[in-house]
Amino acid sequence: MATETKVLNCINCPLSCELTATVEDGVVTNVTGNFCPRGAQYAKEELTAPTRMLTSTVRVKGGRLPLIPVVSAKKLPKGRVVECAEALRSVSVAAPVHVGDVVAANILGLGVDIVASRDMEAV
Amino acid sequence: MSELYDVIIVGGGPAGLTAALSAQQNGAKKILVLERDREPGGILQQCVHNGFGLHHFKEELTGPGYAQRCYDLVKDLPEVEILVDTMVLEVRKDKTVRAVSPTRGVMELHGKSVVLTMGCRERTRGAIRIPGTRPAGVYTAGAAQRMVNMEGYIPGRKIVILGSGDIGLIMARRMSLEGCKVQAVLEICPFSNGLTRNIVQCLNDYDIPLHLSHTIVAIHGKDRVTGVTVAKVDEKSRPIPGTEFEIDCDTVLLSVGLIPENELSRGLGLQMHPLTSGPIVDQRRETSEPGIFAAGNVVHVHDLVDFVSDEAEIAGKFAAKAALGAGGGAARDLAVTTGENIRTCVPQHLRLGAETESVRLFMRVTQPLRGKLKLKVESGGEEVFSKPLMIAKPSEMIAVDLPEAKVGALTSDLTVSLTEGN
Ligand SMILES: Cc1cc2nc3c(=O)[nH]c(=O)nc-3n(C[C@H](O)[C@H](O)[C@H](O)COP(=O)(O)OP(=O)(O)OC[C@H]3O[C@@H](n4cnc5c(N)ncnc54)[C@H](O)[C@@H]3O)c2cc1C
Ligand code: SF4
Repeated sequence: MATETKVLNCINCPLSCELTATVEDGVVTNVTGNFCPRGAQYAKEELTAPTRMLTSTVRVKGGRLPLIPVVSAKKLPKGRVVECAEALRSVSVAAPVHVGDVVAANILGLGVDIVASRDMEAV
Repeated sequence: MSELYDVIIVGGGPAGLTAALSAQQNGAKKILVLERDREPGGILQQCVHNGFGLHHFKEELTGPGYAQRCYDLVKDLPEVEILVDTMVLEVRKDKTVRAVSPTRGVMELHGKSVVLTMGCRERTRGAIRIPGTRPAGVYTAGAAQRMVNMEGYIPGRKIVILGSGDIGLIMARRMSLEGCKVQAVLEICPFSNGLTRNIVQCLNDYDIPLHLSHTIVAIHGKDRVTGVTVAKVDEKSRPIPGTEFEIDCDTVLLSVGLIPENELSRGLGLQMHPLTSGPIVDQRRETSEPGIFAAGNVVHVHDLVDFVSDEAEIAGKFAAKAALGAGGGAARDLAVTTGENIRTCVPQHLRLGAETESVRLFMRVTQPLRGKLKLKVESGGEEVFSKPLMIAKPSEMIAVDLPEAKVGALTSDLTVSLTEGN
């Protein structure tokens, strides 16, 4: 049985607790250093299937500004975030856009929508 | 336009918009927000990343999403008027506000009270002095953020970032997502000035090296930046000869901190604090000039916009009360001074009358500390309040609430300190 100890910082809140996780055969069996339960959950995910939110911008046609900021509606697998950002570079939408409107549905087939994070009036 | 307003608010960022809402909720009938940009929302419009609003709106939002919330809450209120493309030129002690806009020309407006919410701006290369040529390709991180996130162009392809403040870290990730190569982040201090979570998600995720105790000693290139010379620094931040190395790049981003934007406050002759670079305020966010209030980054640089909103709620409320003639006298004026390990504390004094409410103190420490820490508030040599802490960093503001009963009983000046051990 392979037992490892990993040290990582929780990123769920500004406290950034330093976590020490025990990993046995790829399974997180113990977490210390977390101030709240979210830290233990984070360590388990981060060491097995890490996820991240993606924020970026896409082109908008006929809007007050040339770009509109967007955000993933849920967390994405960390290893796919850069690819998703690349995919967004060729996306454009037409104004008006409302906060929460889907600008790229089910990005890369990952089951997560990319949505507008503000309104954009048409001009 | 020479109408009389209850409350005139200078700056339409989250602080200004929230102050407008709070003034309305506290009875002000005519509220005017003046914003020099093409739309309200302030600097958050360019901060497209998430992580805002967990405290104030109980929901994780992006910067533009947060700004939108603030705007949506006031845009249909009949009491609130918002003028964009309107630059305030001067605020006078009699609460006359001079402003100019392309459509209305120069205006002289009158308020019963005024709230200053002009935010902050970034320090530039001039403020930190880097030797070398002056080629194109050197930007502040915030200017680059505006280019990438709002104007839609990329300032360069191979980037070096000087300073590990949060804006620089966020931009390291943003440029990486846009397909640029971020070569390194250099920090002159032995510790990072950004949040640890941003080091993890913005640097480690993209394998970007962070060199602590390092700085740029020269920028190279004639027309465009071609590279930088970097050196390690000693405890006094002086470059150590023999430690120099070169990094190739076409762009240098400076992320060396923010300073409150206070030309108008100085023009008004407000008493300013040398360390926060903002006006000195009491717990109601009233400045040294009666009827003139201030909130948000103009008072002191916040790292969390949620706290900006909290502060703006206070300022808006008391500005409305002052306008309606319900300011209430202050029988006692108590100073709040900083003790061991505390660099700044806002408010800098409490003006207490018959009515008292709980008071929130915002502090920054002088250096990173961890272990068993105790934040202590003393009045007349006696401890009136304390709170245990595990970790304290200059980059993260500490907030503590003094309960109403304690505030009511205060009779002498306060000192806040952070001590190690018990
Ligand atoms: C480049 C940059 C990036 C930042 N990134 C983050 C971040 O990622 N997360 C975070 O929590 N905080 C960030 N901050 C801090 C951020 O400023 C605050 O969280 C928050 O936006 C402050 O709100 P505010 O209303 O006090 O100031 P601001 O948002 O700066 O708003 C001030 C407004 O006043 C207007 N104004 C100023 N002077 C005048 C005048 N004379 N006449 C008329 N209008 C005027 C400005 O145009 C602006 O719209 C950043 C700051 C900067 C400068
Ligand atoms: S463990 Fe809890 S308290 Fe610590 S950083 Fe994570 S979310 Fe914050």
